[in-house]
Amino acid sequence: MATTEHKHPNYMAIWAWLAGLTVAEVLVATLSHIPRHWLVLALLVMAIWKALLVALYFMHLRFEPRRLWPIVLAPLPLAVIMVMVILQEF
Amino acid sequence: MSHAMATNAGTAFEPGAGVYDKKLGMWVFLGSEVMFFTALIGTYIVLRFGAAETWPLPSSVLNIPVTAVNTFILICSSVSMVKAYAAAVEGNGKGLRFWLLITVLGGATFVGVQVYEYMQLVGHGFAPSSGLFGSTFYTMTGFHGFHVSMGVICMSWVTVQAHRGKYDNGRYEGVETIGLYWHFVDLVWIILFTIVYLI
Repeated sequence: MATTEHKHPNYMAIWAWLAGLTVAEVLVATLSHIPRHWLVLALLVMAIWKALLVALYFMHLRFEPRRLWPIVLAPLPLAVIMVMVILQEF
Repeated sequence: MSHAMATNAGTAFEPGAGVYDKKLGMWVFLGSEVMFFTALIGTYIVLRFGAAETWPLPSSVLNIPVTAVNTFILICSSVSMVKAYAAAVEGNGKGLRFWLLITVLGGATFVGVQVYEYMQLVGHGFAPSSGLFGSTFYTMTGFHGFHVSMGVICMSWVTVQAHRGKYDNGRYEGVETIGLYWHFVDLVWIILFTIVYLI
């Protein structure tokens, strides 16, 4: 341990968050009395939350040099453009 | 900064992005993968909105509990992957080999459960030819399953290499690089599970 400066995040805490959010998602999806658009919004927020946890802590993005971030983030605006273009077909 | 040990020959830092070449290459590849899956998800959204009145509620066709458990298995395999990485960084060869094996088993279990799910669904008459939902469902989950399968094959090779001592003495780069791919596949599944199964 003394040979490296790298700090490991608390992986088990991230695991607990991911597992808890998955259970919450499945439970929320069964709620039928709340408006569907709120249901979809809640599910998307939880999915993005989980995806961020994986990227930031399991893929160590949070601990990478900031110079790597533009490369990692570059596909996101491109992905939005692609979805917008596909939506023109709608 | 953090990876103070990565000074071995062949693991030099890439000056532009500040990470070693293998990692930079994997991130660029994953960028192209984002576009690949975005095309599939975007198409799914357009087709679904376009046929909103005839689109079945996914929970009426798919087995959500089984897939929820499978999602949990994939998340656990991501945890075993970071455990393998942490062991490699610490020069703990025994821990590295153990956690890599658990990761391979987790990925293989995920694919096995997915094959079981497909057999059940086809048995109940839900096939790729069953309309738009059928074709988009099998295309998206099939391509993801293919990615997991490739990951299992590559991870098995990494496990063999770990037994040969390739990652001993803190040479963790190869383990971290395959780990990035593995976590990305997990990340894609988190999105797919929500969009295809729950919404």
